[in-house]
Amino acid sequence: MSIDTETARRVATLARIAVADDALPALASEFNAILGFIEQLNEVDVDGVEPMTSVTPQRLLRRADVVTDGNQQAAVLKNAPDAREGFFAVPKVVE
Amino acid sequence: MSDLTKLTIAAARDAMRKGDVTSAEITQACLTAIDGADALGAFVHKTPDIALAQAQAADARIKAGDAPAMCGIPLGVKDLFCTKGVPSQAASRILEGFKPEYESTVTGKLFDAGAVMLGKLNMDEFAMGSSNETSVYGPAINPWKVDDRHLTPGGSSGGSASAVAADLCLAATGTDTGGSIRQPAAFTGITGLKPTYGRVSRWGIVAFASSLDQAGPMTKDVRDCAIMLQAMCGHDPKDSTSADLSVPDFEAALTGDIKGKTIGIPREYRMDGTPAEIEKLWSDGTAMLRDAGAKIVDISLPHTKYALPAYYVIAPAEASSNLARYDGVRFGHRAKLGAGDGITQMYEKTRAEGFGPEVQRRVMVGTYVLSAGFYDAYYNRARRVRTLIKRDFDDAFAAGVDAILTPATPSAAFGIGEMADADPIKMYLNDVFTVTVNLAGLPGIAVPTGRDAQGLPLGLQLIGRPWDEAELLNIAYRLETAAGFVAKPAKWW
Repeated sequence: MSIDTETARRVATLARIAVADDALPALASEFNAILGFIEQLNEVDVDGVEPMTSVTPQRLLRRADVVTDGNQQAAVLKNAPDAREGFFAVPKVVE
Repeated sequence: MSDLTKLTIAAARDAMRKGDVTSAEITQACLTAIDGADALGAFVHKTPDIALAQAQAADARIKAGDAPAMCGIPLGVKDLFCTKGVPSQAASRILEGFKPEYESTVTGKLFDAGAVMLGKLNMDEFAMGSSNETSVYGPAINPWKVDDRHLTPGGSSGGSASAVAADLCLAATGTDTGGSIRQPAAFTGITGLKPTYGRVSRWGIVAFASSLDQAGPMTKDVRDCAIMLQAMCGHDPKDSTSADLSVPDFEAALTGDIKGKTIGIPREYRMDGTPAEIEKLWSDGTAMLRDAGAKIVDISLPHTKYALPAYYVIAPAEASSNLARYDGVRFGHRAKLGAGDGITQMYEKTRAEGFGPEVQRRVMVGTYVLSAGFYDAYYNRARRVRTLIKRDFDDAFAAGVDAILTPATPSAAFGIGEMADADPIKMYLNDVFTVTVNLAGLPGIAVPTGRDAQGLPLGLQLIGRPWDEAELLNIAYRLETAAGFVAKPAKWW
């Protein structure tokens, strides 16, 4: 699978990373080098092999679905680049 | 006492308990050493006020006779750990100015045990790198030097390795997703342990690849690894993958007796292009364990070759998901917006400015392998191969192998900038011997056992059974004793 500049542009958009047009060809070529390396995996016979979901046999622990924490509005907002009136502020989303 | 910064954890603990030295004195000696070592780029946020206050409190505890082993021990903390009120930015511009309102479980446990934080340590951005060169702070430098070049301390825990090797602190925390504790430990002549996945809580550690990440100690010897691991590990309800298992006394396991233990030597780790010095280091280490009474057996781990390509699907996939949270809304950097820019432009510009090139590359590769149409071909296939890699190890252990001996790295430390023009795959090959261990969730330890012709340190890796860090540490302890590595870098900084 070879990645062209259009695919590189689409991936950058999906990843929400701005990439200038003139940087796309170099990016595509890096992707191709990495994906070429990954292609080796096609040599492995994986028929009937389950994809790993957990490296240890243990089941994920569960707890009761109850509130365990809260009332920390100031702490939650402390590091926000733009917090106003107790909320995170962002550019207008809905016209 | 002289040379307080050169003390091991064990020696400092014993001296403080006897009253020969105080934590305040050792801490002050470390702070002085740190201030004189800016050329190493190891400490990126210094916290002398916190350190001196913690040292004073530790001295009071020791005096009162209530002192756990880590009490009063001055440590460096990798920048990946969230430390309350102290910059914690994973060496990334996107977390510039971020001061967590909470403490990671690991640093919380260490501080509860009385440990002292000297500051935050350099690393590759989001732990993505093998040379500490992707850091927003600039690279950390290896205290080992053989000519006029600056050498890398390895990565991603490069600052931790540099600081411990240069005696700026007694020990440091590291994290290891594909080799990020063991490779830098080997490059700097120190000891580094990656515990079994689930042994140490990941809570409050900036996530890279959640199914692979594990924190561990980076120390001056194996005994210190045992002592520090004891204080770092244990069940944590805040991490759903943290194992609810009892924790043995790791230091008590260090008997040095490995008679009758079976050590596996995996033939697939003999790779084309491995330098003769590394081959010799490995066979010397094998002979040391044989002489100590261990039984040496050749084993096969047939899927070794596919570990790195599987890793470079799984780790970027998980990273692309984990790093989605850096959007300029809740914490860290937000790009300045132009007139008419909406929320999408805010995300895209913030992430373009905030992430460095390697992080951007991995996030995008991860996005690609998870995207519709490729998920099965790449991501699911890599997870199937991961199952096979783990099965290789399961089979070896089921056949009676107690631990596996391999080289830790394919070379000694290389020069800063020497890989700049190489394609990314070349840098990824640094992890060829270590990455299998993360994929299989096993404990692994790097122990310095020799030097190359130039005099640079080289390390071997021991891989243990899951949850059997105690046995692994004991075998490593025997190897350390036999190798007798005591060399230290000559001070030039």
